[in-house]
Amino acid sequence: MLAKRIIPCLDIKDGATVKGINFLGLQQVGDPVELGKKYAEEGADELVYLDISATLEGRKTFAELVTRIARQINIPFTVGGGISSVEDAGLLLRAGADKITVNSAAVRRPELIDEIAAKYGNQFVVVAIDAKQIDGRWTVTTHGGKRPTERELFAWAREAQERGAGEILFTSMDHDGTKNGYPCETFARLSDLLSIPVVASGGAGSVQDIADVLTMGRADAALAASIFHYGEIPIPRLKKELHTMGIPVRLI
Amino acid sequence: MIAVIDYDTGNLRSVANALGRLGAEFMVTDDPAKIRGAERVLLPGVGEASTAMEKLRQRGLVEVIRSLTQPVLGICIGVQLMCRRSEEGNTPCMGIFDAEVKRLGARPVCPCGCMGPVAKRLKVPEMGWNTIAHLRTPLFAGLDEGAYVYYVHSYAPELSRQTIATTLYGMPFSAALGRDNFYGTQFHPEKSGRIGERILKNFLEL
Repeated sequence: MLAKRIIPCLDIKDGATVKGINFLGLQQVGDPVELGKKYAEEGADELVYLDISATLEGRKTFAELVTRIARQINIPFTVGGGISSVEDAGLLLRAGADKITVNSAAVRRPELIDEIAAKYGNQFVVVAIDAKQIDGRWTVTTHGGKRPTERELFAWAREAQERGAGEILFTSMDHDGTKNGYPCETFARLSDLLSIPVVASGGAGSVQDIADVLTMGRADAALAASIFHYGEIPIPRLKKELHTMGIPVRLI
Repeated sequence: MIAVIDYDTGNLRSVANALGRLGAEFMVTDDPAKIRGAERVLLPGVGEASTAMEKLRQRGLVEVIRSLTQPVLGICIGVQLMCRRSEEGNTPCMGIFDAEVKRLGARPVCPCGCMGPVAKRLKVPEMGWNTIAHLRTPLFAGLDEGAYVYYVHSYAPELSRQTIATTLYGMPFSAALGRDNFYGTQFHPEKSGRIGERILKNFLEL
């Protein structure tokens, strides 16, 4: 049976992990490669590295980091942050990334999805969508939820799939950071609408939240950051509890 | 020395990295002489079957691969090209394995439960970790039935008498095939964590 995936997300700035980490035993605290290896050993099914560097120098460092990650990590990993051209995507593919995520750039210019998918395959393109409810309508936003667009979540997700996305990563900006759980009905509707996998992001505060989005929300994977980084819910415990609930997960 | 066949289908980097982690010596090449002379040969790749097959032909590698006598491992599109034929682009392949490659998700809903407890339909491509069973041959030495491996694919080889591991996704398919010195896995051992490392190590020790 295909397992539901658990995916830690690491924010990277100028080549280092940003979010606070209180793990012991890492050779270099904050080193994205060491942290990724630790998660992989603990049973993470994939990793996502998101570049939040604001400078050109920071971006260069990120590409070098991707090369190091690819050499040392033995599970698939996705990279994202500021990818706005086929060239950007190609650079990261050659550095060894298994998938890339596009977000704002695809909202601005949807053909970007077609172009990357045509050149590197659908499996390589994850379309990340940030949306929030405005007057009862799920509105796609950019710039970390600050800028609403004309687009509607379900129509945009469908379009992204038709243009060649291999996966949709959906974050509800109404739930992100709240630790109150995911909007499961919205996820279920999205999952039923699409024939490609849906990754749930933003809002997990407990094992039950993740269990809910994987069952009621019919998500194929759950991505989270702080609950893992701060050690609130260690991956082995999360997976063991999901397994006990009858949710198919890969146990190490 | 291991030859990783370079036929311009991408994804060679991850296989090369995985061999590097195992400390194996390898070269990435499309030179028939070097491929024939290697102790082990890997045929990786991602992409579309007819294009990939055409690329092998252009490089004159089809006969070279068929005639190899050292251990050969095809991965993902690699194993598909070693089959008789692929439904993808209705492509005649190398015919090393007596199996056809079929599209996943031909049936909308599977009663066996393999799609998960609540999924309404099979998502294609299959992306993620699935289990392997009915393990045969030393390629899987030391592995338990039900071990998880990583998949990204829309097509898979059907079951055949050369099936050496099976996976269920909507339908049962050949997770791996084996015949004489030829092996192939539909999953990605180079991305399958410790389990994948063990399979690659087993291949290097065949």
